[in-house]
Amino acid sequence: MSTLTDLGVAAIRNGVRDGEFSAREVAEAFNAAVAGADALNAFIVKTPEHALAAADAADKARAAGETLKPLAGVPIGMKDLFATKGVQTTAASHILEGFKPEYESTVSHRLWEAGAGMLGKLNLDQFAMGSSNETSYFGNVISPWRRGEGDTTPLAPGGSSGGSSAAIAARLCPAATGTDTGGSIRQPAAFTGISGIKPTYGRCSRWGVVAFASSLDQAGPMARDVRDCAIMLEAMAGFDVKDSTSLDMPVPHWEAGLSADLRGKRVGIPAEYRMDGTPAEIEALWQQGIAWLKDAGAEIVEVSLPHTKYALPAYYIIAPAEASSNLARYDGVRYGLRELAEGQNLQEMYAATRAAGFGDEVKRRILIGTYVLSAGFYDAYYTQAQKVRTLIARDFDNAWSQCDLLLTPTAPSAAFGLGEKVDPLAMYLNDVFTVPASLAGVPAMSVPGGLDAAGLPLGLQIIGKPFDEQGVLNAGLAIEQRAGFTARPNAWW
Amino acid sequence: MSVDTATVKKVASLARIAISDADAERLAPELNNILGWIEQLGEVDTKDVAPMTAVIPNTLRLRADVITEGNQREAVLANAPQGEFGFFTVPKVVE
Repeated sequence: MSTLTDLGVAAIRNGVRDGEFSAREVAEAFNAAVAGADALNAFIVKTPEHALAAADAADKARAAGETLKPLAGVPIGMKDLFATKGVQTTAASHILEGFKPEYESTVSHRLWEAGAGMLGKLNLDQFAMGSSNETSYFGNVISPWRRGEGDTTPLAPGGSSGGSSAAIAARLCPAATGTDTGGSIRQPAAFTGISGIKPTYGRCSRWGVVAFASSLDQAGPMARDVRDCAIMLEAMAGFDVKDSTSLDMPVPHWEAGLSADLRGKRVGIPAEYRMDGTPAEIEALWQQGIAWLKDAGAEIVEVSLPHTKYALPAYYIIAPAEASSNLARYDGVRYGLRELAEGQNLQEMYAATRAAGFGDEVKRRILIGTYVLSAGFYDAYYTQAQKVRTLIARDFDNAWSQCDLLLTPTAPSAAFGLGEKVDPLAMYLNDVFTVPASLAGVPAMSVPGGLDAAGLPLGLQIIGKPFDEQGVLNAGLAIEQRAGFTARPNAWW
Repeated sequence: MSVDTATVKKVASLARIAISDADAERLAPELNNILGWIEQLGEVDTKDVAPMTAVIPNTLRLRADVITEGNQREAVLANAPQGEFGFFTVPKVVE
């Protein structure tokens, strides 16, 4: 038998169900892999006992002849943005260090109800603000990938779900949760050669997810293939009365609906995503993706999304504005850190607590958000950004009259080295291809397409109509079958 | 529009984040760089465009005005940096 940690979600589920191995063997194998990979710094907290308890429950159910739950025996990683009862939840911030929620997020609750076990809480950019996992208070996550033989430059696993992407690529877990506000599932998936889907806004409950920008935040799964993403998403999604923006719609059977036959589908290629300075390899992969989708039966059409270039600047008003409001809750009173010097008053306590508790990037975004919302600037910045957002969403609506899906690159480059992007603005530009779909609330996924000359993964992004995760997953599957992406990082850690 | 160190300090004060003079000096050009880039939004014609309120059409639901999870004082206070007598405590705010 091959190594258990090489198996994905479907293979583990089926293997446990068919008695090829026990869930406990699987959990032990992944627990050992996690314990041996500290060099990647993918986990903030490890919870081997949680994974074992879920595994034992699965083995017991099987022994009793019960019908197994959809994720019985599957241990997963949980991004440390999801509140997990009794297990430290930090959003990778000092201000929440030591916080042990008294409640469980809806998404994690659903996963445990589906039989999954937790290997640990995954590192991320602080409050999910970042594209390289360099803003975590608990240190950088190191990508398991390296540039060619002999090059030991530590590379970014992408962000903000960098712990998730690194852990999956390194076979520390078969799947993990991610969250995506402007690309935080798709860009790290692209950087590490795995798959990840951000569903339609509202599919997954935001309840118990540490809030960044509430009109954009959306949870989704990350895994090594499309089927595993479909299985995970089915378990994570669903209506929740505790989230006012939750979609009150049935959860489709995405796994059962998977089909790589794209006959009758029209795939749009947006002209505005062809940008100056994009590496030739990414352009070539995009052309290859077009050929793969044609081969799967799709018709390719040129489309225009004319406001694309304004998506990033609009995002960098809207997201910090919402963040400055959401993060007002960290005041040193109800949970988390408190900094209070002798003789300080309440206002000084707030300011000292937030100064000590937030990292530089978080402060930068809170300040931008506070500034654009302040008296005299609100209309020029925030209202204008929300109007531009309307135009960006309208671009997508117009495109859907010509096509069913869009194909684009996921990111404008392969993974860069840690510390190579010091200018905040240069870092923000990494999300140029992912932010528009976030602003429009539509489903989008990244699947690996190939490697660049340095041997690093490159991803392709598929964007779909609202509620059409099935169409997105199916196009992802069509690419996956044709790309035959089997590359994996050598285990140096 | 240019942000000077005095503005940075004022915004930081509004955001309740203590910053030093050196921080303000460092942040001013960083914020200007970002804000300068954001200003390209001004060139978009948004006359007669309504600002986005909800990306996916949804209806706001109402629920019955009843207690759904009450009597959880211990749980509510469990993570407080400081609590006494069943309350959150803060530095004295009334002279």
